[in-house]
Amino acid sequence: MTWGRMPSCAPVANRRWPGESGTRPKLATCATMLFSLASAFGQQSSLAPGGTHASQIKSLGVFFFWLLGIIFLIVIAIAVASIFQRGQSTQDEAAQRRLKTAIAGASVLTILILFGLVVVSVGVGKEISAPGGRGNELVVEVTGNQWWWFVRYLNDDPTRIVVTANELHIPVGRPVLIRGLSNDVIHSFWVPGLQGKRDLIPSRVTTQWIETNEPGRYRGQCAEFCGLQHAHMALWTVAEPESQFQQWIGTQLRPGAAPSDDLQQRGQEVFLSHACVLCHSIQGTTANGQVGPDLTHFGSRLSIAAGTLPNNKGNLAGWIADPQNIKPGTRMATVPLDPTDMQPLLEYLESLQ
Amino acid sequence: MTALEELRAEPQQAEELARAWKNRPGPLGWISVTTHQELGMRYIVTAFIFLLLGGIEALMMRIQLASAENTFLNPARYNQIFTVHGTTMMFLFAVPVMEGMGVYLVPLMIGTRNVAFPRLNAFGYWIYLAGGLLLYAAAFTNTMPDAGWFAYSPLSGPQFSPGKGVDVWAQMITFTEISALCVAVELIVTILRLRAPGMTLNRLPMFCWAMLVQSFMIIFAMPAVMIASTIFLLNDRTIGTHFVNPAEGGDPLLYQHVFWFFGHPEVYIIFIPALGMASSIIEAFSRRPVIGYPALVLSLVANGFIAFGLWVHHMFATGLPQIGEAYFTAASMMIAVTSGVQIFCWLATLWSGRLQPTAGLHFIFGFLFIFVMGGLTGVMLASIPLDLQAHDTFFVVAHFHYVLIGGTLFPLFGAFHYWFPKFTGRMIDQKLGKITFWLLFIGFNCTFFPMHILGLHGMPRRVYTYVPEMGWGPANLLATIGAFIIAAGGICFIANVLKSRRFGTKADPNPWDAGTLEWSTSSPAQAYGFIHLPVVASRYPLWDQEKSKDIVTGLRNDRREVLVTTVLDAEPDHRLVLPGNSIWPFLTAVGFSIGLYYSVFAFSGYWIATALGMIGIIGWFWPRQPLDIRP
Amino acid sequence: MRFAAIGCFLLALTACERERRDLRPSPAKVVVFGDAAIQSQILPGGGAPRASVTNPFQGNAYAISEGQRLFGWYNCTGCHANGGGAIGPPLIKDHWIYGNEPANLFDTIVKGRPNGMPSWGAKIPEYQIWQLVTYIRSMNNLEPRSATPERLDTIEQSSRTILPKSEGEPR
Repeated sequence: MTWGRMPSCAPVANRRWPGESGTRPKLATCATMLFSLASAFGQQSSLAPGGTHASQIKSLGVFFFWLLGIIFLIVIAIAVASIFQRGQSTQDEAAQRRLKTAIAGASVLTILILFGLVVVSVGVGKEISAPGGRGNELVVEVTGNQWWWFVRYLNDDPTRIVVTANELHIPVGRPVLIRGLSNDVIHSFWVPGLQGKRDLIPSRVTTQWIETNEPGRYRGQCAEFCGLQHAHMALWTVAEPESQFQQWIGTQLRPGAAPSDDLQQRGQEVFLSHACVLCHSIQGTTANGQVGPDLTHFGSRLSIAAGTLPNNKGNLAGWIADPQNIKPGTRMATVPLDPTDMQPLLEYLESLQ
Repeated sequence: MTALEELRAEPQQAEELARAWKNRPGPLGWISVTTHQELGMRYIVTAFIFLLLGGIEALMMRIQLASAENTFLNPARYNQIFTVHGTTMMFLFAVPVMEGMGVYLVPLMIGTRNVAFPRLNAFGYWIYLAGGLLLYAAAFTNTMPDAGWFAYSPLSGPQFSPGKGVDVWAQMITFTEISALCVAVELIVTILRLRAPGMTLNRLPMFCWAMLVQSFMIIFAMPAVMIASTIFLLNDRTIGTHFVNPAEGGDPLLYQHVFWFFGHPEVYIIFIPALGMASSIIEAFSRRPVIGYPALVLSLVANGFIAFGLWVHHMFATGLPQIGEAYFTAASMMIAVTSGVQIFCWLATLWSGRLQPTAGLHFIFGFLFIFVMGGLTGVMLASIPLDLQAHDTFFVVAHFHYVLIGGTLFPLFGAFHYWFPKFTGRMIDQKLGKITFWLLFIGFNCTFFPMHILGLHGMPRRVYTYVPEMGWGPANLLATIGAFIIAAGGICFIANVLKSRRFGTKADPNPWDAGTLEWSTSSPAQAYGFIHLPVVASRYPLWDQEKSKDIVTGLRNDRREVLVTTVLDAEPDHRLVLPGNSIWPFLTAVGFSIGLYYSVFAFSGYWIATALGMIGIIGWFWPRQPLDIRP
Repeated sequence: MRFAAIGCFLLALTACERERRDLRPSPAKVVVFGDAAIQSQILPGGGAPRASVTNPFQGNAYAISEGQRLFGWYNCTGCHANGGGAIGPPLIKDHWIYGNEPANLFDTIVKGRPNGMPSWGAKIPEYQIWQLVTYIRSMNNLEPRSATPERLDTIEQSSRTILPKSEGEPR
């Protein structure tokens, strides 16, 4: 392999996310980057928390920041002052003893401060990992794959289990239990706006509670190095009011939309007669591949390729035609497709609301 | 009486010693060297070459990350480069360079002629070199490991890391680890048994204390990584065991525990010698004994112990039982106490000293600034809730570069500017040294400070690119610019070394008027170190010369003889004849290396290593008659 | 870019087949339906000898691991288990009815074979078929040992369970 044989991303992509106003802050300058600690960035910041847990963590972090920042300034001030001290009290016995007392005092103070920090940390740690269930919790299984997220809403009634990918819808004000699994290597589920991260480890189940009171979109990204496309393994968490959430669940429970015109009909045929069906499934059709993301409601998703590109026909065409161009190394196969088949396929997939 | 006067007074003895300690000429002589200065310098130079390679890799990564969706490197290449960067810096630069400094300086500081096991020392160097060559030979034949310097299973397993890259990585660890163990053993024995008479443990220089603690840590930490990399990972990959392969019932977390049981102490293995260097430099340039010697020594030792009790803070995100989390939070914060004590002692020393604004001291102030900040972000990371947000983000990248570059590289550069006269016999250019410092200091903060913010704004580690919407571009660009400033600093340093080595003013034995023994010999130090081994009556023999003018007599000068003293009080015990030049360490290392190289491909490599190694060792230990070994 | 150029040069100098990673293989062609292998030297009408087809991933470690993944993904395991065979024939064996040269295996996958082996030519892109071929050959130690990962414990079992066989059961 030579250097730069594979471009890392399609430069033609349309990067406007659905439902987004055109005035996204595009270029935060260096200064805003460094000194404004919120907004300006994508919705993936631990400093702009939306979840209850993330807010608690942020408060703790701010406390640590000020306390430790002051300590830092004091230490540096003493160091700088020592430059101008010019050894006025070199070998004086009393001065020596004073200095030694100061060292001892500072050490004791350090121990006390650290003890306090341990107590505070453990306290907050307990709170953010405490089971949030009040009988109304939602249990979601998130399975890490190279390099996408499989999401399953568990339900006692097997007909009401909802399956989706790279997108997590949660109701506002209800605690959600994330059961983390992995199909291949270790991944880490991390939505900074909601909660700290939790590794998804093959052969184990890890759990984590998230909860938010603010509707909104929170971006998350895999945080444990998981191979070639670790960088392009994101997911969107959509927090919405309970009614909207139930509506979404209702939609997701329905089989894939039937083609409504000839073009879409043709698209469905293309889908079912190509390699697509080996990996993907669309409920209500014969496509039931189990190893790729479920596409039953593909048209309603925000992103394609695990948060890499906004979901629209142009990006989708680029993705299907040459996935390795957008996400080199992705498991999505480059499927040879007759050029005339592309348009119907796009129409069909985007119609799967 | 300075060594120089002695040298003049007793040319005959000096000549005799020089003959006894001479290296054989020619390339064959070059590979059979066993003197500590030569080998120490080889360690240091080799390690700096690896630093350069690691630095180039870092620049490539920074170029790739300078803007969103950059295409300078593809993901496969990026993963390989960050893996090799981390591996190089940890295993091929940081640990060996500290060992090299120890091997070079410890015998001079404690007043003896060589390390306790000179041939083991040579063997350690050759094995280290072989390990480095293995990794870079693999890199240049496109067999780079790409699973990270930590090589978590199952990503590093046979299924997800095809090819031989990870095998090479795992076996390279074996080499550096054997080398580190060799040096650790010989430094421990050297420090405990070869000290000059009168140098009780209570009078041991701080740097030697640091090397002693570091060596013990190596002995306890390194076997863990051997279990992780060779027994678990390499066997899983080459002979089909399933220690850490979850698909067949292994446990991936087992690997993480064992790896970090090594991995965390490793950080302190790198960083404790740097603390010793900092103490030495501060003493010399503030012209006074360090305040709180017992506190410093005790906190060094405590650091060594505590370092083994906090590996789990690398695994907070795996979901531990709560009691474990609380315990490891407390343990992780405890290390800040011992580090804090040392900082306070240094501040007190600087406060009451007459500071000399040399380049070396500049680096110490830079060290204090950067290391204190790194330590404080470390306190943040010890807190579980904060760690869950910051873990595996650029915040952590910033943190450990602050601790490792600030805590290790700055004192090391300081040490280089400080001991340069002893290494080369010439003074290093102070002005260029200060320019180097400012370039490094500004470049460093410019590179790594923005990373704190990037991490908090959600940028994970080890990503080869990021989407433009995230707004991470400007800070990353700033970091890339900083990286090039660091590179400029590096070039400035190399230029300074090359220039000063050639054209620097000739140095006196003790140009800084420092207090420890290494400054009593000529600059550069002769292979035999001292004409007469000194007798020590205080912690700073050169500052209290009236206390003891005694010297050791009665050692033979026509062979490599040193005085063995008792462990605690350094009372003379017996004479020891050290082996002279020997080609066997080299041949043994070559034999082992051939076998271990081959073991990357087949298990039978171990048999080859054993057989060839045994041949070497037989030659190595072949009894010689008469017993006085001549060079 | 200079580093890239130097690196490129050095790698070109010594790059080895085993470690090559075609993350973006040449645009998938519509497969050559069953033209890969010459099954008989005797051709009707003495046709011209055809160009020999070579496996582009011969000895390539990444292709073997990709093939192993696809072997599971495309449900080859459904019939062949992990290679030990179940309702389909084992894939670890000495005697191959349709040959075990890369071109033969390619043809077998593309065209299918009587008694159950479906034709995959229309479904699986060509480069992935070659990856599968490479993996199947690696199971039989026909690929270089250095490129082949350790085999699964269950590779020769004729079912997909990983439970150990009960005692007394013939191996």
